[in-house]
Amino acid sequence: MSAVIVRRLLAFLATLLATSIVVFVVLEVLPGDPAQVMLGVDAEPDAVARLREKLGLERPTTVRYFDWLLGFATGNLGESYTYSVPVLELIVERLAVTVPLALIAMLLTTIIALAAGVFAAAHHNRPGDWGVMLFAQLGIAMPNFWFGILLVLLFAVTLGWFNAGGFPGWEDDALASFQALLLPAVSLAIVQSAILARVTRSSVLDVLREDYVRTARAKGLSKRAALWRHGLRNALIPVVTVMGLQFAFLLSGTIIIENVFYLPGLGRLIFQSISQRDLVVVKDVVMLMVAKVVIINFVIDLLYVVIDPRLRTAR
Amino acid sequence: MTKTFVVAVAAIIAAVGVGTPTLSATRDSVRLGMTLEPPVLDPTASPAAAIKEIVTNNLMEGLTRVSADGSVKPALAESWTVSEDGKTYTFKLRRGVKFHDGSPFSSADVVYSISRAMSPEGGNPGRNLYRAIDKVTAPAPDIAVFTLKNPFFTLPYVLALGDSSIVSEKTVPTNKTNPVGTGPFKFSRWVKGDRVELVKNQDFRDKDKIRLNRATFRFIPDPNAIVNALLAGDLDAFPLGVPTESVERFKKDKRFKVSVGMTEGETIVSINNGKKPFDDVRVRRALSHAVDRRAVIDGVMSGYGVPIGSHFSPLHPAYVDLTGLYPHDPAKAKTLLAEAGYPNGFALTLRLPPPQYARKGGEIIAQQLERVGIQAKLEPLEWAQWLDQVLSRKDYELTIISHVEALDYDRYGRENYYWNYANNKRIAELVVSADQAGSTAQRNAVLQDIQKQLALDAVNVFLFQLPKIGVWNANLVGLWENSPSPSNDLTDVHWTK
Repeated sequence: MSAVIVRRLLAFLATLLATSIVVFVVLEVLPGDPAQVMLGVDAEPDAVARLREKLGLERPTTVRYFDWLLGFATGNLGESYTYSVPVLELIVERLAVTVPLALIAMLLTTIIALAAGVFAAAHHNRPGDWGVMLFAQLGIAMPNFWFGILLVLLFAVTLGWFNAGGFPGWEDDALASFQALLLPAVSLAIVQSAILARVTRSSVLDVLREDYVRTARAKGLSKRAALWRHGLRNALIPVVTVMGLQFAFLLSGTIIIENVFYLPGLGRLIFQSISQRDLVVVKDVVMLMVAKVVIINFVIDLLYVVIDPRLRTAR
Repeated sequence: MTKTFVVAVAAIIAAVGVGTPTLSATRDSVRLGMTLEPPVLDPTASPAAAIKEIVTNNLMEGLTRVSADGSVKPALAESWTVSEDGKTYTFKLRRGVKFHDGSPFSSADVVYSISRAMSPEGGNPGRNLYRAIDKVTAPAPDIAVFTLKNPFFTLPYVLALGDSSIVSEKTVPTNKTNPVGTGPFKFSRWVKGDRVELVKNQDFRDKDKIRLNRATFRFIPDPNAIVNALLAGDLDAFPLGVPTESVERFKKDKRFKVSVGMTEGETIVSINNGKKPFDDVRVRRALSHAVDRRAVIDGVMSGYGVPIGSHFSPLHPAYVDLTGLYPHDPAKAKTLLAEAGYPNGFALTLRLPPPQYARKGGEIIAQQLERVGIQAKLEPLEWAQWLDQVLSRKDYELTIISHVEALDYDRYGRENYYWNYANNKRIAELVVSADQAGSTAQRNAVLQDIQKQLALDAVNVFLFQLPKIGVWNANLVGLWENSPSPSNDLTDVHWTK
């Protein structure tokens, strides 16, 4: 097990290093000067030059790359050009929105998808199955921001139960903050659960055709009991894989949903940083996201082992 | 089963949602919306208009202030006198004023703030505004004297702008994130990406006239979300930038007041005068004749927007209407093109920054140009690219942009500005004589000469003045209808019920 972890760790570091080079090079060739963006239409050329100097943009490329890498390794993520505050502070603030939103959305997704997927598989080729698949098809086809707008129109504009958007902050009003995340989480969960429900259904159907399920039926278990006792656990492996991908996606922030509900999440931070050429923020956030995906994949691998005992001895 | 879940989720939503009041019971606070979040909160450190929209006249003050009708009124200065030769301004300052951190305000702060604004090291984005000032001195704690290189009639106006905010030397290093001024409101906090909160300054000199105890500025970039936030009652006001498509809807709704005013933004088709064939005035005039301003305003701004014929705000007393100089006339445009040697037209590229007026306007203008034989290729750019390619490197033929600073005609006098305007020396001379004019009438006459010269040379195609479309609660009064300078002045804002 420890060898696996060491191998994982090395792969993790190699991934980060490769990412750092790609991110740095891409941002290097991207047109647009951060100093010019900050100073705007009326800036005088000497003011732009002075700011470039101050931001350290005039130093050689390799110096800037290693400086950044060193800073990253020592936990000093630098200061945002735009906001003039430490990047770490910005990211932590945004995570207070993005992480809970991703968790709520993922929870809703899991509940809806597993129930609907298993139900559809159990009612294979019967009206219940068709019904679920119809809804799933609709859910996948429907853009989540459009569904979000519908939710706002119904629950905020017409009924007045919710605010149309915004985020009060946990320390101010935890209940209101939770409320602020519900509609966006539902908008996200509808699409995600439609995808996950289809995966669950086909995975359960596959498992139901396996020999061991037939054996279970042969020894007298009902179809339902065979499904719950023997089928479900095995069916979960592809489901958990997809869940991992979805969670990683949700944690990266969802620019469009954050715009619809004007939430100060990570997605909007990245979008804004790219358009304002706040290169420090872009580089740091992208690195953190890559790190996060690698970590989530690792956790998913560990989950496989928990779900499927056979994998414990395989390696 | 899916249905059951949808119902269940709806029920949970309802259970959590019900019972939270969306309207604040006490009406001594206001929640305003803005499309852009300011990068920092110090107007002397960054040119972003969003900073001034929050800070100017609320948190920080200048010696003077621009009032709702555009006139210049006393602020930190009680009064001022001008010497006979127009080269010395003596400001009498208010006594007993304190900065929000408790330190007293005196003429030393004026000397510090303005000298800093003038120096290249100060990093003030509006440094050029102070071109006429030689030095500022403080002969007494309540007297500040401005000595000028030449008469400069606009000085009191310039001192009212956010760039001229009077700051305390002590707090300059932290003003970007924790602004300290002398205004009627104090900075409370900034939840980045979401909102800025202000509270009433209980030590303000006229504190009894200030009827708000709290003000919140929220940042909502998405047009749809803006409309929904207003309809849901999440916001009391959205003073600038309500989507034009939604105006009719708000007009029909008795809960809201719709205000259509003007900003200082001249929206123009900028032309690279230095590039062939645009160096030929006949070609530029042809472009002006080819464009139908009314159709652009209708298509882009749902009809809201005042047509302009030169680079000057219709709000200003010196404004002359030059929209009749090049009426929409495709036949005339074709004739001019033929005279210039392009009987069959030519092809050009129109580079478009992100705002709607540019992107939508570009499509409409391309169609209009096609009618006179000009093939326009549209090239959308994001801001950073636009600033880099168009503004810095002047690598463009045509672009659409709104120049939002007040009295920015002086740009036509600059060397090397991105228009590559050939007659810039003449404008530079006129700008100097406007600066040095002895009387308002004299100055206005020069300003009219500038407008006429720019129109005559057809430097750019002048489209329309960018409207200030605001929507707010019908019971809220005191917000500005027009935007004579960027600011959401809350001094007079209050609720009628």
